Amino acid sequence: MKTRLIVAGAVLAITAGFAGCGEREQVIVYKQGKYQGKPDTKPWENDPGASLYTSSKWNKGDQASWEAALRARNQNQTEYSRVQ
Amino acid sequence: MARMKFLCDAERCIECNGCVTACKNENEVPWGVNRRRVVTINDGVVGAEKSISVACMHCSDAPCMAVCPVDCFYRTDEGVVLHDKDLCIGCGYCFYACPFGAPQFPQAGAFGLRGKMDKCTFCAGGPEKDLSKEEFAKYGSNRLAQGKLPACAEMCSTKALLGGDGDVIADIYRQRVLKRGKGSEVWGWGTAYGKPDQKPAAQAGAKS
Repeated sequence: MKTRLIVAGAVLAITAGFAGCGEREQVIVYKQGKYQGKPDTKPWENDPGASLYTSSKWNKGDQASWEAALRARNQNQTEYSRVQ
Repeated sequence: MARMKFLCDAERCIECNGCVTACKNENEVPWGVNRRRVVTINDGVVGAEKSISVACMHCSDAPCMAVCPVDCFYRTDEGVVLHDKDLCIGCGYCFYACPFGAPQFPQAGAFGLRGKMDKCTFCAGGPEKDLSKEEFAKYGSNRLAQGKLPACAEMCSTKALLGGDGDVIADIYRQRVLKRGKGSEVWGWGTAYGKPDQKPAAQAGAKS
């Protein structure tokens, strides 16, 4: 019984070892003029509270509210709105 | 829809390099790589000296995208030009194509071997999970995903460097020019955001 267990263990170890020798496809087949990298997520898909010190508020997944929040923040770059 | 742009007001820039420092700090950019820099023309000439903060302008018809042999560039919905460092082979074509000298190449070994290209991301990170450690390590901070604008523009002490929705910053700039009555030239906008669909007028005698 003990020998069988040892043999089974050895077979498993050898199989797992050989599995590492398998080759994965590493070459990207390029299509001219087409981005084939990783997809990127949209900034408005994040939760406004996902990061520290986030002052802007928008509804998660709502592009219009995210853009409105950025436009409001943009107004900090004009001093005329503060001075007058 | 917002179309992100940079605008540098040469009348206001005082060459303090605050934008350069803010960018370096925010994105933890390594030595030898400058995503943003300040260029001064007519240095020392009284009345003629002008400084401009320069980085990737995220062009409408980006030449870096056109020349990249591995097509590692993409444009986000907000008009920000980003790239995938996993695909970049560091060939340097984008550096030669860019009119602003934006692409930077860290040294990656002996004999001046070029590493993967690094450039301004408009503080929008890159193609990794938003606000993740991997994204920060490869591309730097993702302030847009936090509802913030690029650190360089927000840190600018004289507000010479404006960054954000193109319509909004153009309005701010227009208001400024009307108040001061001069300095309406916007450096780099024609090159970066000129309309590519408008073909130049044919010259007489020129070959087609």
